[in-house]
Amino acid sequence: MLEYTLKRIAYTIPIGLAVSLVCFMLVHISPGDPIDSIVPPDTPTEVIEQIRAEYGLDRPLPVQYGLWLSRALQGDFGESISKGRPIGPDLWVATKNSLMLAAFGATLGFVIGCVLGGAAGAFRDSWIDKLCLGIALFGVSVPHYWLGMVLVIIFSVQLNLLPSMGMGPTGPWAWDWDHLRFLVLPAVTLSLIPAGLVTRTVRGLVSDIMGQDYITTLRGKGLRTSGIVLHVIKNAAPTTLAVMGLQLASLLGGSILVEAVFAWPGTGMLLNNAIFQRDLPVLQATTLVLAFFFVFLNLIVDLAQTALDPRMRRT
Amino acid sequence: MNMASPATAASPTPLVRARDLCVSFATPRATVNAVNGVNLDLAQGESLCILGESGSGKSVTLRALMRLNPPKRTVVTGELNVANQDVMQMTQAQLSQYRGPVVSMIFQEPLSALDPVFTIGHQIAEAIVRHEGISRKAARARALSLLELVQIPSAARRLGAYPHELSGGLRQRAMIAMALSCNPRLLLADEPTTALDATVQIQILLLLRKLQRELGMGVIFVTHDIGVASEVADRVAVMYGGRVVEEAPVEILIRSPRHPYTSGLLGATVHAGTRGTRLTTIPGAPPDLAELPAGCAFAPRCTRAEPGCHKAVPPLLEVTAGHHVRCPVVCPARIQAPINV
Ligand SMILES: Nc1ncnc2c1ncn2[C@@H]1O[C@H](COP(=O)(O)OP(=O)(O)OP(=O)(O)O)[C@@H](O)[C@H]1O
Ligand code: SF4
Ligand SMILES: [Mg+2]
Repeated sequence: MLEYTLKRIAYTIPIGLAVSLVCFMLVHISPGDPIDSIVPPDTPTEVIEQIRAEYGLDRPLPVQYGLWLSRALQGDFGESISKGRPIGPDLWVATKNSLMLAAFGATLGFVIGCVLGGAAGAFRDSWIDKLCLGIALFGVSVPHYWLGMVLVIIFSVQLNLLPSMGMGPTGPWAWDWDHLRFLVLPAVTLSLIPAGLVTRTVRGLVSDIMGQDYITTLRGKGLRTSGIVLHVIKNAAPTTLAVMGLQLASLLGGSILVEAVFAWPGTGMLLNNAIFQRDLPVLQATTLVLAFFFVFLNLIVDLAQTALDPRMRRT
Repeated sequence: MNMASPATAASPTPLVRARDLCVSFATPRATVNAVNGVNLDLAQGESLCILGESGSGKSVTLRALMRLNPPKRTVVTGELNVANQDVMQMTQAQLSQYRGPVVSMIFQEPLSALDPVFTIGHQIAEAIVRHEGISRKAARARALSLLELVQIPSAARRLGAYPHELSGGLRQRAMIAMALSCNPRLLLADEPTTALDATVQIQILLLLRKLQRELGMGVIFVTHDIGVASEVADRVAVMYGGRVVEEAPVEILIRSPRHPYTSGLLGATVHAGTRGTRLTTIPGAPPDLAELPAGCAFAPRCTRAEPGCHKAVPPLLEVTAGHHVRCPVVCPARIQAPINV
């Protein structure tokens, strides 16, 4: 296990490099000149060239990449073209905010998915199964920014129960209801897709596991239902956690629309603004951080899966 | 060994007594009548072998003895008494106490019958903890002595092994240890050696026979293999289409099978006792269990079928003491005459 862990960690280095290269290149092969967005259209060419040199955009690409990566690894992501200040602190705050939202959304989705999926799988083909599957289908197919707006209309506009925008009172975040209530609607909206996916995964797993020979063996040993449930959970856990880990990762980056709907100051907002302002360094830095999270969560998922399933330990 | 026949087994305390046991499955397409009126008697310490083609209802019968067929779509009727308990009347809670200490089962394919993500030790110990309420540590110690009982080398190390880490033979031994963990009075074995190579098969069979004698359990074996039957069984019951068509002490059945199906199975010239002798295939297909014929289920494939065979299900007749045959064509009144086919 230790050997596998070390090997698996070592693998993330080339993966991380490749990912960073892709992040870097994606921005450079996209059409348009970033300088155009910060200078007036009639700026003389010499001035443009001078600005270009200031940002290091005149050097050969491999050099730019090397410089960018080595600085990024030290936490220096350069300056935002649109805001004219260092990217690092802003990115750090946005990542923290997004992580918090994604963690809440994913956990909520995970719990809902496990309950619905477990019930559906255990009572396969009954009305419970159909009900749970229906909810899951709704979760994965309804556009979630649309649902976000519906929730805002119901809970903020009509009932006036929950706030619809931002992260609450200015000043540092605190774990009290005054702040947490701002998290409710975006987290519920965000939980929808993972809830649906986890429901379907868990349903399939549970009904598959319950049909396995070893469940008959367990019944044949006279185990009670509670004892059998333990076996079902341990067998279903590796795959469920894998699905969940990847969902958490994609929530981190994929919540652009939900963050926009709820004006949540996370990476989604940051990316959104960067795209519209052609703010290349911010785009690169944010993508890179999200991609690294993805790689990191993948690593965690793999290690957790290997720890839970003895059949995967042979490398 | 107690050679009880159905007639005498009823006297003191038969371990198993099944009467007119029927099992059917409600499937989306049709109702599958897998077992259609099976009578079984087994004395303490006796061993019975059930023989028959694939699909004849052997596994379903064994599972019915534990009420282990899928509860939702299975209908079981008839009488079933095991160790003086009325199994048909049991609630789920009573069944979970019956399974394990009274009756337990060894399955055909130990790899799929063992949970892949729990260790062997855990899977043996959890049954002991469940039924005897002792600590997990004490149960693990018991599991270790069980692994030694079934002659698993370096047993202490194997306790922590996962099923996929053991060879087929060791896995089946672990399965046997698990089945024995709560000292059952009745052991059911569903083709326990089919998944193993020949040499390992012999070892497992010898082990089972030895354990059965030492522990005095009643054993019901299901097999395809006549050699296995002659090795371990006192009596043999041959099943066809969910019914017992012939039942006799093992030597008698192998030496002088009466029922045309049994004769067909054993082949024209029988080399009894040759382990690994596979049952000869008989032309034709087994009956469709969703639509059993009104008469003898074997009639469509039987070379000796007469018009009467298609009308009603023949009764199980006793030809000699302890030898029962479900075929009026070979019944006692006619056996005297030489049979020309
Ligand atoms: N749970 C079930 N649902 C529906 N049909 C079933 C079920 N279990 C068994 N059957 C059917 O019952 C019949 C008898 O099956 P059984 O497993 O008892 O055969 P068998 O004699 O053990 O054969 P084999 O030698 O292949 O194991 C088969 O036609 C099978 O398809
Ligand atoms: S009853 Fe008739 S069909 Fe059935 S086995 Fe006997 S002879 Fe053959
Ligand atoms: Mg079978």
